[in-house]
Amino acid sequence: MSIISLQNIEKHYGDYHALKDVSCEIAEGEFFSLLGPSGCGKTTLLRVIAGFEDVSSGTVLLGGQNMAGVPANKRPTNMVFQSYAIFPHLSVAQNVGFGLRKAKLQPAQMADAINEALEMVGLAGFGERAAHALSGGQRQRVALARALILKPKVLLLDEPLSALDKKMREQMQTELRRLQRQVGITFILVTHDQEEALIMSDRIAVMFEGEIAQVAPPQDLYRRPLTRRVGEFIGVMNFLNARQIDVSDGTVAFDIEGLGEAKVGPDQLPEGARAYLPVVGLRPEAFTIVYEDPKLRSQRIVEGEVLDLSYYGDMTYYEVKLDGASAPVTISMKNLTTRPVLERGTRTLVSWDEGSLVVFAA
Amino acid sequence: MKGGWLRIYAIAYLVFLYLPVVLLPLFAFNDGTVMAFPLKGFTTQWFVQLAGIEALHGALLNSLFIALVTASLSVIFGICAARASTRYTFPLKAPIMGAIMVPLVLPEIIVAVSLLVVVVQVFDLPLSAWTVVAGHTLICTPFAIAILSSSFQGLDQSLEEAAIDLGETRWGAFKNIILPLVSPGIVASFLICFTISLDEFIIAFFLTGAEPTLPVYIWSQLRFPTKIPAVMALGTVMLVASLIILSVAEYYRRRGIARVGGTDSGGFL
Repeated sequence: MSIISLQNIEKHYGDYHALKDVSCEIAEGEFFSLLGPSGCGKTTLLRVIAGFEDVSSGTVLLGGQNMAGVPANKRPTNMVFQSYAIFPHLSVAQNVGFGLRKAKLQPAQMADAINEALEMVGLAGFGERAAHALSGGQRQRVALARALILKPKVLLLDEPLSALDKKMREQMQTELRRLQRQVGITFILVTHDQEEALIMSDRIAVMFEGEIAQVAPPQDLYRRPLTRRVGEFIGVMNFLNARQIDVSDGTVAFDIEGLGEAKVGPDQLPEGARAYLPVVGLRPEAFTIVYEDPKLRSQRIVEGEVLDLSYYGDMTYYEVKLDGASAPVTISMKNLTTRPVLERGTRTLVSWDEGSLVVFAA
Repeated sequence: MKGGWLRIYAIAYLVFLYLPVVLLPLFAFNDGTVMAFPLKGFTTQWFVQLAGIEALHGALLNSLFIALVTASLSVIFGICAARASTRYTFPLKAPIMGAIMVPLVLPEIIVAVSLLVVVVQVFDLPLSAWTVVAGHTLICTPFAIAILSSSFQGLDQSLEEAAIDLGETRWGAFKNIILPLVSPGIVASFLICFTISLDEFIIAFFLTGAEPTLPVYIWSQLRFPTKIPAVMALGTVMLVASLIILSVAEYYRRRGIARVGGTDSGGFL
C-alpha cells in the first residue's frame, strides 16, 4: 500500500502556477527523491506534504487519511530543513528532545530516547554541547535525530546535503541510505543533484516547471528517459539528428546523422508513442574509441576526429566530431595503461552500441 | 604620528562631546551657587538638598512610571509590527510601515501641539500621565520597530517551521523559539524607549497634567539661580544611573550573542 498518495495537486501563487496536476504514489519504506532544477516545484511539493503550504486543489493522502485541513504540527511527517533549523539557544539534547516535550515522558525515559537518537546518527555523548558550536555535518545529524526521534511515518528532507562540502556530502549520502534501511521509514528527498538522487533513491520523480516528467527507479531513468529533457538532465546525453525511414513489426528504422542506419526494437521504444522525435540519444559510454583491429569488433564502426578532451584520471571525456554529423558527441573512456589518451586532432575509429539508442516520443 | 589630522579631529570631537557632561558632576560637588571657575571647594550639600525636595520626588516617580509604561507598550507594538513586516506580505505594506515610522522624523513640537488639540478639543479628555504615555508611545514605537526589525530579520524562517513541524502550535513556536532568540532586541528596544521617554521634554510639557515629569520640573527650576546646583546634582545622579543601566544592558546583550554563537557586530548601546 502506498503511504503517500498525491492526487491531481494544483498550487497557484497569484499568477504563478507552481504545481500542475501532480499525481504520484509513494510506497511505504521507500527512499523517494524529487529531482529537478531550482524553481521546478519540488520544494513546494515537499512543503505541501509537510503541511506548510495549502493546495489550490487536489488531495494529499497520508497513510490513507486525507490531510486536507490537518496542520503541519498534527501530521505524521517530520522534516529536515535545508538550513537544518537547529535552535541555536538550546543544547543538542534539548534540540533532539524538542518534539518529545509534548509526550509527557519521565525525565529518564526522555534522556534514554534522546541518547538512542543521538547514537543512531553517530553523535553519542554530544547531548550537552551547545547547538551553535557544531560543524555543518554535526548539525545535519542533530536535525536528523530531532526528526527521527518522533518516529514519523514519512521523513521529508529538503536538500539536506547541499550545504556540505563534497567529501562530507558523499559520506552522508551513504549514511542516510543506511539509516533509512535501518529505521525502515519512508524518506522523501528533495534535491537538484541528479547524481545524489541516482545514488540514494529507490525511485525518482523528475520535475520540470511544476510537472512530474517521469517517475522511475534510477536505472530506468538513466537508460530510458521518457523525454529529451529528462535525458539531458540525468547524466550526459548525446543527441543526434535522425530520420525515421521505416516502420515494420513494431521495429523502427532510423537514418542517424554520422552513424548510419539503425533499427530500434519494440522494447527500446517509448511505450504507447505513435510518433517519434527526429532525434535519438546515446550516452557517452555507448561509444567506444576503437584501439584494436576493427575487424575483430562485431559492433558498428564509424570514423571521426577528436576535437577536445577532458582528462579525469579514471576517465577521459572526448569531444568527437563524427564524419557526416553536424555536432560533436561526447564519448567517455575508462583510462587503462594500454589505452593511450588521444590528442586533439587525432582521427579515430569509434564503435557504438545500437542497443543503447534512446528514442523519444514526439 | 599615525593618523595625523584625523587623530586630532577624533580627539577634539570627543572633547566637545563629553566636556559638558564632565562639567555636570564638577559643579554638583562645587561649594557655590554660581556656576563659574575657579571652583570654591568640595561639598555634598546639593545632594542632601536634593533628597529633601518633595516635588522633585513626585516628578521623578511620575517620569519613571510614564517611561515604564511607554517602554512596555512600545515594545509590544514594536514586536507586532516588526514581525508583521518581516514575516508577512499584505496589501499596502510599504505605506503602512512608512506611516508608522513617520513620527521618527516629524518635528516634535508639531506632534505635541496636534496631540494637545486632539486630546483637549476633540476628545475633551483631562491631561494626565496617561496622555503623556500616549504621546511618548507614538514617538517611541518607531525606535522599537527599527531595533526589533533587525532582530526578526536575522532569524531563519525555518526555525519557526521546524518547531511547528515538531508538534508545536504557532503560538508555542513563537513563545519557545522566536521570543528567546529576539530577546536581546527586546531588552535593547525597551531600554531605548525607556530612556527616550524619561528625558523627553516637548510632548511631556504640552500633555502633562497637574504632575510634571522630571524634565518639565527641571525646566521649571531653571528660572531660580539658587536651584541650579541642585539640578546639577540631580543630573549627576541620572548620569551615573544611566551608565549603570547601559552597562547592564550591554552585558545582557553580549551574553545573548554568545549564547546563540553569533559574532558581535557592534552594540546598539
